[in-house]
Amino acid sequence: MNSKSNDAILDIQDLKMYFPVTRGLLRRKVADVKAVDGVTFKLKQDETLGLVGESGCGKTTVGRCVLGLYKPTGGKIFFEDEDIATFSEKKLREIRSKMALIFQDPYSSLDPRQSAGSIVGEPLKIHHLVLSKGEYRDKVDQLFSIVGLDSSMTDRFPHEFSGGQRQRIGVARALACDPDLIVCDEPISALDVSIQAQIINLLEELQGSSKKLSYLFIAHDLSVVKHISDRVAVMYLGRIVEICSSKELYDNPLHPYTRALLSAIPIPDPFVEETRERIILKGEVPSPLNPPPGCSFHPRCFMAIPECSQALPPLRDIGDGHEVACIRV
Amino acid sequence: MAELLRVNNLVTQFKTESGLVKAVDGISYYIDEQEIIGLVGESGCGKSVSQLSVMQLISAPGEIAGGEVIFEGQNLLNYHANGPEMRSIRGAKIAMIFQEPMTSLNPVLTLGRQLTEMLQLHLKMNDDAARKRAVELMSMVGIPSAESRIDDYPHHFSGGMRQRIMIAMSLSCNPKIIIADEPTTSLDVTTQAQLMELMKDMVERFHTSLVIVTHNLGVVARYAQRIYIMYAGRIVESGTIKDIFGTPRHPYTIGLLKCIPRLDEEEGTKLVPINGLPPNLINMPSTCAFLPRCSYRLDKCSREPWPPMTAIDGNHYIRCYADTKEK
Ligand SMILES: Nc1ncnc2c1ncn2[C@@H]1O[C@H](COP(=O)(O)OP(=O)(O)OP(=O)(O)O)[C@@H](O)[C@H]1O
Ligand SMILES: Nc1ncnc2c1ncn2[C@@H]1O[C@H](COP(=O)(O)OP(=O)(O)OP(=O)(O)O)[C@@H](O)[C@H]1O
Ligand SMILES: [Mg+2]
Ligand SMILES: [Mg+2]
Repeated sequence: MNSKSNDAILDIQDLKMYFPVTRGLLRRKVADVKAVDGVTFKLKQDETLGLVGESGCGKTTVGRCVLGLYKPTGGKIFFEDEDIATFSEKKLREIRSKMALIFQDPYSSLDPRQSAGSIVGEPLKIHHLVLSKGEYRDKVDQLFSIVGLDSSMTDRFPHEFSGGQRQRIGVARALACDPDLIVCDEPISALDVSIQAQIINLLEELQGSSKKLSYLFIAHDLSVVKHISDRVAVMYLGRIVEICSSKELYDNPLHPYTRALLSAIPIPDPFVEETRERIILKGEVPSPLNPPPGCSFHPRCFMAIPECSQALPPLRDIGDGHEVACIRV
Repeated sequence: MAELLRVNNLVTQFKTESGLVKAVDGISYYIDEQEIIGLVGESGCGKSVSQLSVMQLISAPGEIAGGEVIFEGQNLLNYHANGPEMRSIRGAKIAMIFQEPMTSLNPVLTLGRQLTEMLQLHLKMNDDAARKRAVELMSMVGIPSAESRIDDYPHHFSGGMRQRIMIAMSLSCNPKIIIADEPTTSLDVTTQAQLMELMKDMVERFHTSLVIVTHNLGVVARYAQRIYIMYAGRIVESGTIKDIFGTPRHPYTIGLLKCIPRLDEEEGTKLVPINGLPPNLINMPSTCAFLPRCSYRLDKCSREPWPPMTAIDGNHYIRCYADTKEK
């Protein structure tokens, strides 16, 4: 488990990220929030892996660990065959030119005092990727046109753009360093329904023309994640409970949580809706501060048996790369 | 079933420094007894303002500039917004559940106080009876050990639990209609499903009508019987869910259905985005507001004002000149 992998651009092994909970003046540690607790997956070149799950299950934390923004509590993160979990801040800065982040909120993620052009061009300067002012300007214009914005807009400020346009600025900035990996954290949730498809298609087109760009696509909307991803990992309370191809996820979901999540999402078609399985879960997602023993889903699970509360079910491959963590399937 | 509420040509506008915002620009709809309808549209199209207008909860710079809201034979707009007639209807005969329960629950009052206040005000119950009923309502909507939680404050509850309490409150005075404005949008998917099921069970059990206000077409497909699609302050298409999802006919509805991913879509399905942006509602022209984004447009569309709602068959109406049938 310590060697590098073959064709994976990202190979995450048993990733753990605990946040201390402190109390009192001396900030004594009283507990850990196990935001990510043993996550393992691979992402291939030119592939999109979707990460879904409900609020607080640890999606963003996984993304931030991958980008080196958090130092993981445990586990390995091989990015292009090097374990970046052990990297110094200096080495991380170098590697970060190969990865980028697109944020959820196009309203607050852009510096309102910076012009759109300088927001997009900033990574070029940070990573010393251009040699002259002219080259800088050409590159920024080019990035604008790639994401479908007019290059005459470079002098405008974020508030002069619509939400969809602002998210395009975010995408252009992410592309500035010609990255191999983009972590997209809820990139469309703040956008109007009729605008979301523009950004989804843009991301798909960029990947199609690059042939080497991988996405880690984080969202809670399973229909969107399934649409854009080649494979999907479903998270619950800091762990992956199921991972498989997007098609398999809908055709053959195995984990009871995955089934409940799928059934909770209505399909905009009353003819289909009439025939769908409807699973309504009991209770709410428990706190990651105090997760239930054994399988952390068992208190809400409609398939639970006493054994489920005893031991943590490991993620096991049931064929064709379909992995599931449940003793009942 | 008999008709319960009918809205005719409702107009609500805001006078702002940048101009007149026609947030609701002549909408008409109805709801029958025990019916569930959906009011669907993107952010800013006037869904909330239309429902707040029905309740006469519009304050300056907003103003209800015209129309009728017929409920139990009376035009509610003839009543003074803060008069006794509206107060006996608002929250009692017509109840509303808002998107963000924290803004509609009073943070400094216990839940018990808030629930019993409603019961005492509208149903004239005494203290004991009101408290007993409040506990009943709370357990009915799935609050565990309601008896011991009734004296807690709203912040002691999770978002999902608070929304359950809002549902309990909306039911407390046996309303004829519940208007649920994006009741689950800020919550987790599995919690959303729990709450929608709860709401459906409750309105069936109490024979209440339900208006679901949402931008989520899936929710409407699952729970509503009829829908109204709104765009830029107007209703552009209405019909049964089978009309709208089976044979959508307004270019906006057709566009919406093609631009959202579906869980059951074939692999490799491409989304077809709607070009352009939703309009900002200041100083709108009299022509169709969807025109700049429309791929079916005719010359006539830029010359003539927006057409009225026109029946295409049965109870299926669109507001459009174009023939969108084959395409
Ligand atoms: N910096 C932090 N310090 C302490 N706890 C944190 C920190 N960041 C996240 N957490 C906790 O870790 C858990 C996972 O959070 P995370 O933001 O990764 O979830 P998420 O899946 O992205 O949720 P959402 O869908 O709401 O964005 C949560 O319980 C959160 O409260
Ligand atoms: N107090 C106000 N002053 C000026 N304009 C307002 C005011 N309240 C609402 N509006 C405008 O009225 C229009 C309709 O708003 P409304 O809140 O009804 O939209 P909505 O369809 O409910 O959107 P959402 O899905 O975001 O809740 C919007 O364009 C909004 O900007
Ligand atoms: Mg997150
Ligand atoms: Mg609203």
